[in-house]
Amino acid sequence: MTEFQTVVGLEFHAELKTNTKIFCSCPTTFAGEPNTHVCPVCLGLPGVLPVLNKRAVELAMKAGLALNCQISPFSKFDRKNYFYPDLPKAYQVTQYPLPICKSGYITVPDADGNEKKIRINRIHLEEDAGKLVHSGESISTSNYSLPDYNRAAVPLIEIVSEPDMASADEAKAFGDKLKLILEYAGVSDVKMEQGSLRCDVNISLMPKGSDKLGTKVEIKNLNSFRAMYRAIQFEEDRQRRMIEKGEKLIQETRTWDEGSGRTLSMRSKENDHDYRYFPEPDLVPTVITPEWIEAVRSELPELPDTREQRLKEECGLSDYDCAQIVDTPALAFFFDEVAKLFPDTKIIANWLLGDVSRLMNSAEKEYEQVPIVAEDLVYLLDQAKSGAINNNSAKTVLEEMFTSGKMPAEIISERGFAQISDSAMLEDAVKAVIEANEKAAEDFRTGKQQAMGFLMGQIMKATKGQANPNLVKELLAKMLK
Amino acid sequence: MSIYDMTINELQQALTNKTFTSYELTKKYLERIAEIDPIIHAYITITADAALAAAKASDERRANGQLLSDLDGIPMALKDIFCTDGILTTCASKILANFVPPYNATCWQRLADAGAVLLGKCNLDEFAMGSSTENSAFFATRNPFDIERTPGGSSGGSAAAVSADLAAYTLGTDTGGSVRQPAHYCGVVGIKPTYGLISRFGIIPYASSLDQAGVFAKSVYDCATVLEVVSGHDERDSTSTPYPIGDYRGACRRDVKGMKIGMPNEFFEEGIDPRTIEIVNKAAEKFAAAGAEIIEVSLPHTKYALPAYYILACAEASSNLARYDGVRYGVRVDKPSLEEIFCATRSAGFGDEVKRRILLGTYALSSGYYDAYYNKTLQVRTLIKEDYDRVFASGIDCLLTPVTPGPAFKLGEMLDDPLTMYMTDICTVPINIAGLASLVVPFADIEGLPVGVQLIGAPFSEEKLFTAASAVEVPRRLPPDILEQAAEKGVER
Amino acid sequence: MGITVNDVEYVAKLAKLTISEEEMDGYIKKLSSILDYMQQLQEIDTTGVQPTTHVLPLENVFRADEVRPCLPREKVLTNAPDTEDGYFKVPKIL
Ligand SMILES: [Mg+2]
Ligand SMILES: [Zn+2]
Repeated sequence: MTEFQTVVGLEFHAELKTNTKIFCSCPTTFAGEPNTHVCPVCLGLPGVLPVLNKRAVELAMKAGLALNCQISPFSKFDRKNYFYPDLPKAYQVTQYPLPICKSGYITVPDADGNEKKIRINRIHLEEDAGKLVHSGESISTSNYSLPDYNRAAVPLIEIVSEPDMASADEAKAFGDKLKLILEYAGVSDVKMEQGSLRCDVNISLMPKGSDKLGTKVEIKNLNSFRAMYRAIQFEEDRQRRMIEKGEKLIQETRTWDEGSGRTLSMRSKENDHDYRYFPEPDLVPTVITPEWIEAVRSELPELPDTREQRLKEECGLSDYDCAQIVDTPALAFFFDEVAKLFPDTKIIANWLLGDVSRLMNSAEKEYEQVPIVAEDLVYLLDQAKSGAINNNSAKTVLEEMFTSGKMPAEIISERGFAQISDSAMLEDAVKAVIEANEKAAEDFRTGKQQAMGFLMGQIMKATKGQANPNLVKELLAKMLK
Repeated sequence: MSIYDMTINELQQALTNKTFTSYELTKKYLERIAEIDPIIHAYITITADAALAAAKASDERRANGQLLSDLDGIPMALKDIFCTDGILTTCASKILANFVPPYNATCWQRLADAGAVLLGKCNLDEFAMGSSTENSAFFATRNPFDIERTPGGSSGGSAAAVSADLAAYTLGTDTGGSVRQPAHYCGVVGIKPTYGLISRFGIIPYASSLDQAGVFAKSVYDCATVLEVVSGHDERDSTSTPYPIGDYRGACRRDVKGMKIGMPNEFFEEGIDPRTIEIVNKAAEKFAAAGAEIIEVSLPHTKYALPAYYILACAEASSNLARYDGVRYGVRVDKPSLEEIFCATRSAGFGDEVKRRILLGTYALSSGYYDAYYNKTLQVRTLIKEDYDRVFASGIDCLLTPVTPGPAFKLGEMLDDPLTMYMTDICTVPINIAGLASLVVPFADIEGLPVGVQLIGAPFSEEKLFTAASAVEVPRRLPPDILEQAAEKGVER
Repeated sequence: MGITVNDVEYVAKLAKLTISEEEMDGYIKKLSSILDYMQQLQEIDTTGVQPTTHVLPLENVFRADEVRPCLPREKVLTNAPDTEDGYFKVPKIL
């Protein structure tokens, strides 16, 4: 029986984190009320003209740099013509032959755990369409549709990979990595559930060892990586069965149906997809100099791969800890902030991945919303490390910082957690315990180690656990010499 | 002197001297519109009340010594392709028969800010596609010099309005000659400035890379006065000039002596009426007499400009006119499904010429034809532009050519023959293709019909055009009495 | 270089125009004569010639990323053929 090789290429649309739309000054913020974030330009009224948002260009450059792309010294916009009620001008302004970024790559682990390079063909800038609210369950059963153009002309980048992925796992790994990089770069919110990151899959099968690509199917409407993963597996299976049965696959667009867990054939919305691209005469070319590229590059934060490497080398953290921190950008940024003020990164990692994460989870919060500031956590860690409070107390303090938002110093003093580190204060307690336990004191003098433990326990009991243990040891040694 | 024959300068003096007020002047224009326009049909919409209110406001400013500009209080009109906030803007199409924009075209905003008094919106060929104003969805405009002839197009209403004294000046647009050809047919001055000099924001596009607004006026100096107000950079138009505007009125007073005026051979070849050529030669003699140097030049790619123009213009138009789909504005033809609405709305809403150009443009862009038609044409555009670059780089200040092969043709004469109609643009389209400046000034007549000459300059050389035009300008010739013509020719109001 | 009924039907479909049977002949005739005329462009050798999309040598015209007021919704919808609850309204798509 023939063995087949899966060939997957991915296309992502990421919404850029700008204040305004790509060609007009309407806000990109989510608006509940339909058609309230629109103007004559994004409504496509007659005679109005687009003017390009510089920030959108820079964010696209940032994405390109973060994804190892070449930034085009010369790029321009084109019109993609088709009729649809969510497209106000009946053309989308996008970039066709001359995109802003080309030829990038990212690396993901393959099935054997080796690093595999997945190439990125291009990244281009374009405008989003509006949103259609359908009267019925779906587009096919509704009697009417209601266009809302608030989303129309929100800036997007379209990232197109080469067909370099050989499995659902690789596709998922690519998606995860891409999402993480875009998030670190500050290019996009990358929230799939909110539509700020969208993904289409191109998939075909070919006999193993062949270099002739099979008939390609495009899958749209994937609103999570889980859906993408399942859709690829479903298609691999469907296409293999069809080929084995000798049926002819057709090149088509299919949609993922979450309910049935299947891909379904979609009716084409424009005959032959003859989009009649041509240069957009209302916009002028974008010329990007090396100086501009460097200025944008300097705005890029440390990206996940280098960051993970650095954590391993500089902080001596375990691979597992490093990966955990790097996978959550907000956590990694918080880690950096804390590390600037507190030298022991191992302790930071333990706290952030341990108690802080536990508290975040139980509060069902994302790391972006961590309710404590770095300075306060550092104060707490300093107190614990110096012995001013003990570890258990520190945990309690952290918990209260989460719930009450109080400063750690305030909590420590309210709760009376501060350790007694004043030897004058402790001397009395030590003296009293020695007097009350002459036998044990005698044993200690003759070198019986258990006696030490007993006396310590008595002293801690007498001081309600607040005595600084190191200091107590010192005092005992001095007084029983 | 008739109040209608006064230039902007003369009107300003009369207003300053309190010979009449802007309100009285506006009323006079409105009276003449009421009397004559039912014959000429220059206007689609007349904004009488708003005009009188604007005139009154101008009179108050004048009384308080707060005049906004030299155009303050002067009655004017706009081609109905300029979006006017709160005022019907139809582009002479059924599909926009009910469209009221919530914004102003930048150049109209600048005029409004300068105190202009808007009398109304002028007729045109639907979406500026045509050379006779017969393609208006509403009615054809008549040429004031012979009401059985076309005023030209597509800005025929704007040209006829100035010619017949239905406005002191007007704005039009010129994609392939739509200001210059009607100016020439109607015996008025018309300028199509360099692409980018006047913002395109708020002007309903026909072909974005060729469209440019222009001015119709009764004299070269008036034209300069208006151009100074409407020109200049606009942050809402990415293709608008970043350069400061020129001193066009100052240029009108400069001496033409020593200027090098080129006459391109290719504009005097077969197909051009010999009487037209004779008139252009007369203008050359006048230039020479004034001390300019006349030099023969060659623009070898001229004959390709017309086919190139139609491919570029139609391709861009097919995309620009796609938005008229009956969803957000305009006249919708109701049907059970949206797909049917798209087709029914557009098929009923657009006239034949518009549909023809949309089909042609769609064809030129469609898969398999893009390289042979569209991209090839963009390359030809480069060659045409290089012809002009070479000539201007050789020291030529401006070119002198005919405007069209002959004078105004009869209404209906070319309606069924689009290609012959397109040929009337043969001398004007190269200028849009190359993005140059060009001005038409009336110079003589053929059997009573006005004939102008075309001056062409390098990008942003409008000052030179004004200097040259002032040197050949002749006293304004008035059209024969319109009402008498109507009576004679049995044309009813 | 003849344009066929199929060509016209194809582009009409792309352009969302309906050409009736009676109109078809007229369109074919006029479009053919125009296209024939345009054929003369093919005689020019344009090998290596850069296409001109913009006559002005402008580049990098940008807008700052600053929010400005939107159009009030009553003005957004004022020209709409049909609306519902602040939305534009169209019947089912196909
Ligand atoms: Mg796209
Ligand atoms: Zn907007």
